[in-house]
Amino acid sequence: MELYNSGIIEALDLMDSGEVSPEELLDAVFQRINSVEDKVKAFVTVTKDRAYEMLDEAKGERGALRCIPLAIKDNICIRGIPTTCSSRILKNFIPPYESTVTKRLKEEGYLLVGKTNLDEFAMGSSTENSGFHTTRNPWATDRVPGGSSGGSTAAVAAGECLAALGSDTGGSIRQPAAFCGVVGLKPTYGRVSRFGLVAFASSLDQIGPITKNVADAALLLGIISGHDPSDSTSAPLHVKDYTALLSEGIRDIKVGIPKEYFIEGLDPEVESAVKDSIRHLGSLGCSVKEISLPHTGYAVATYYILATSEASSNLARYDGVKYGFRAESKDLLEMYRETRAQGFGAEVKRRIMLGTYALSAGYYEAFYRKAQQVRTLIKEDFDNAFREVDIIITPTTPTTAFRIGEKISDPLQMYLNDIFTISVNLAGLPAISIPCGFDSKGLPIGLQLIGRAFDEESILKVAHQYEQSTEWYKRRPPL
Amino acid sequence: MNYEAVIGLEIHAQLLTETKIFCGCSTRFGSEPNTQTCPVCIGMPGVLPVLNRRVVEFAIKTGLAMNCRISSYSRFARKNYFYPDLPKGYQISQYELPICEKGYIDITVDGTTRRVGITRIHMEEDAGKNIHEKDCSLVDLNRAGVPLLEIVTEPDIRSPQEASAFMKKLRAILRYLRVCDGNMEQGSLRCDANVSIRPEGSDELGTKTEIKNINSFRFVEKALDYEIKRQIRVIRDGGEIVQETRLWNSETGKTESMRSKEEAHDYRYFPEPDLVPLEIKREMVEEIKAALPELPDEKKARFVRDYKLPEYDAEILTEERSIAEWFEEAVRLGARPKEVSNWMLTEIMRYLNETGKEIEEIDLRPPQLVELLELIKGGTISRNIAKTILPEMISTGRPAEEIVREKGLVQISDTSELEALVDEILSKNQKEAQRYREGETKLLGFFVGQVMKATKGKANPKIVNEILRKKLS
Repeated sequence: MELYNSGIIEALDLMDSGEVSPEELLDAVFQRINSVEDKVKAFVTVTKDRAYEMLDEAKGERGALRCIPLAIKDNICIRGIPTTCSSRILKNFIPPYESTVTKRLKEEGYLLVGKTNLDEFAMGSSTENSGFHTTRNPWATDRVPGGSSGGSTAAVAAGECLAALGSDTGGSIRQPAAFCGVVGLKPTYGRVSRFGLVAFASSLDQIGPITKNVADAALLLGIISGHDPSDSTSAPLHVKDYTALLSEGIRDIKVGIPKEYFIEGLDPEVESAVKDSIRHLGSLGCSVKEISLPHTGYAVATYYILATSEASSNLARYDGVKYGFRAESKDLLEMYRETRAQGFGAEVKRRIMLGTYALSAGYYEAFYRKAQQVRTLIKEDFDNAFREVDIIITPTTPTTAFRIGEKISDPLQMYLNDIFTISVNLAGLPAISIPCGFDSKGLPIGLQLIGRAFDEESILKVAHQYEQSTEWYKRRPPL
Repeated sequence: MNYEAVIGLEIHAQLLTETKIFCGCSTRFGSEPNTQTCPVCIGMPGVLPVLNRRVVEFAIKTGLAMNCRISSYSRFARKNYFYPDLPKGYQISQYELPICEKGYIDITVDGTTRRVGITRIHMEEDAGKNIHEKDCSLVDLNRAGVPLLEIVTEPDIRSPQEASAFMKKLRAILRYLRVCDGNMEQGSLRCDANVSIRPEGSDELGTKTEIKNINSFRFVEKALDYEIKRQIRVIRDGGEIVQETRLWNSETGKTESMRSKEEAHDYRYFPEPDLVPLEIKREMVEEIKAALPELPDEKKARFVRDYKLPEYDAEILTEERSIAEWFEEAVRLGARPKEVSNWMLTEIMRYLNETGKEIEEIDLRPPQLVELLELIKGGTISRNIAKTILPEMISTGRPAEEIVREKGLVQISDTSELEALVDEILSKNQKEAQRYREGETKLLGFFVGQVMKATKGKANPKIVNEILRKKLS
């Protein structure tokens, strides 16, 4: 196996046994970036110098990620490194502070390979909304990698890093993980500190790992999780040793299959792969039953009101006054208008307008407040379901990766891509997407496992044992 | 037709916390621009607010002192608008669920006590400041994130005098609690007023205007007086009041239209998702309640009751907590309350007003005043001499006895010395002595004055009076 294709735990073993040196590993990753990045375009910034500096510091240290090369989505702030959110408005922004997640990774000795591309401000499902370029799906470079964490999932799939961090507001880790055939975990809201994550929708955003296998996701989750005094919404709860729990028995686990997720529009090949996986889980000893999440049909509408409302406020700070891009102008009003007109892309503007409208006097009750009420109903759907089952399994996406340009002119079609992932964010639950097959075009299919709030452990161990009894996760794209 | 005014106030009080409401930056006033800032209070991407616990304590304190209900569940909201001094493009404030609701403050105007309802008190962050130069505008964000309380009253106020009395009472309470320094000129206490008029006796509310920029205590009455008269004039001329925001211009003494209702912002309030709802435990409220200081009204009542002071004295002595405490310390040291009050209300207050100093800033401490009063009581100096040396005691802090000794101001109480002096004066003014004996008794003052002049004020006036009466009879 090529060194760049190894996961974190494999690489740690290789380095610990002395078979491979940290330099060799890092060299292999940068050689891989050299040879495939032109085709994949996963990165906004490649931080080679920083990676080798960090290597010098980390060598000989005993952190859990000693000398492991990782990529970080470019909406997560790292001191001294540009953080652009793939937006022209932040093109030259260099944060003077460090996100809590990267601070924790650094304490464990990781090496920063680069900052990965995303849909501008994490708004999109394909990276086509990036202000800079579109990332390609390593499995078929005329196709999208998914989004918004498409840069991170493509980089992991292509072997341009061992693993990555992404962020997930409505499916932005899981959907691209499914499209790129990698593992993507969205933790429970509040499990991981959001300090340093540039906000899209504060009540939905969560940072999570994107990896080549479930065990690596468990390892990274354990490192980035836990209460952070700098984030009031981070939960003051104990973090378990997820890695140690992966091999615990799953025979007593009850799996629910929501009937509302097997609907028209679900690609038959995806449906068949997911159903095969469910049968396979049955053979591993899980009991399977059909459940109902009756308000599923309202999730997309609810999400696009709440997420855009929060976004319209979160993005107000990009006004040209303090940092980032400022347009030439003759007065204050023109400065605001031109800075934002030139600095933001079309999708960001669309969402700012949607959210501003939903919060306006006279519309707030009908839109924002109603959506909050429906959000509660969706959450209650899950509460009810979790009285009967331990985890819920669904397809991650209705289809496999679509062609670049195929949906960009139809926002509604694009939004429907997240139909299976959005409810999870509204309910604040943990969910993981893992590879569960390939369609006839050779494109990966993702299986989503949803857990109870703060019960990442159940979905991780089922996902791990499923993964280890299949071959899907071992396939690599033919780049 | 006679009109009455209906006034409600919206007050912003800057809190005296060491650090800002959502970050650790200092709140100190007057530093170099943008030196008291961090990524949080300048609104950089990805940073998050963390609530300062002291702000919550101060809000609860204030709410309790103003007889409010303290909400066990309250939450922050975002108020969205664009302005260069507002770094995030929204202000973190409270909207639907404020921390305090439904309180009141009692005020007294011309001997009548009225109750003014407090609708709500909420916590929020201050904005920065725009500085306009000739060819550019600059932004100073030192003030961005300084904690504020917004206090909103019911439209219970009926006159500019009541509004002024309310503001004085509110300021006194805030200062008693040591949560706000109450300085309107420096902007640490700000007052906006909603004003409307209606025919006397009517229950309906007229169209209101909002008056902003009332930046001094002197202007509360003036601005409202002007606005009420303006509204009456408009109605009497057959016009209509336009709902609008008006700015008080202290130079012209007028309010001027700033923006109409149509131009008003839509702030698009919604719950702040970066902060969890605030749950306030009963025990915390009880703890704060138990530690509340005695407030101006209670203190005043106690001064009247326990020290037998006139209402007037008690009112003034209790306006400031530090003055009331100063008074009580002097009384505790054995001085007669009314005597202390007399000296404080005259010489000491005059000095404070003239110099703008706080009582804790002057060198005269209660024991020294008591010592001075002892010197009068013991006959060492006269009351008049005491008045002449008090200013020096206040400004230098030197003990009375030292000044009296140094300046030779000890009272002459020696009867034989004074008798000789009186004889001399009577022989020099025989005509006046004759007139006195013929019944023009008011001339006694003339003779006392002569004795005082001759002794440079040091003669014991009581003894001088006795000797004069005896010799002239």
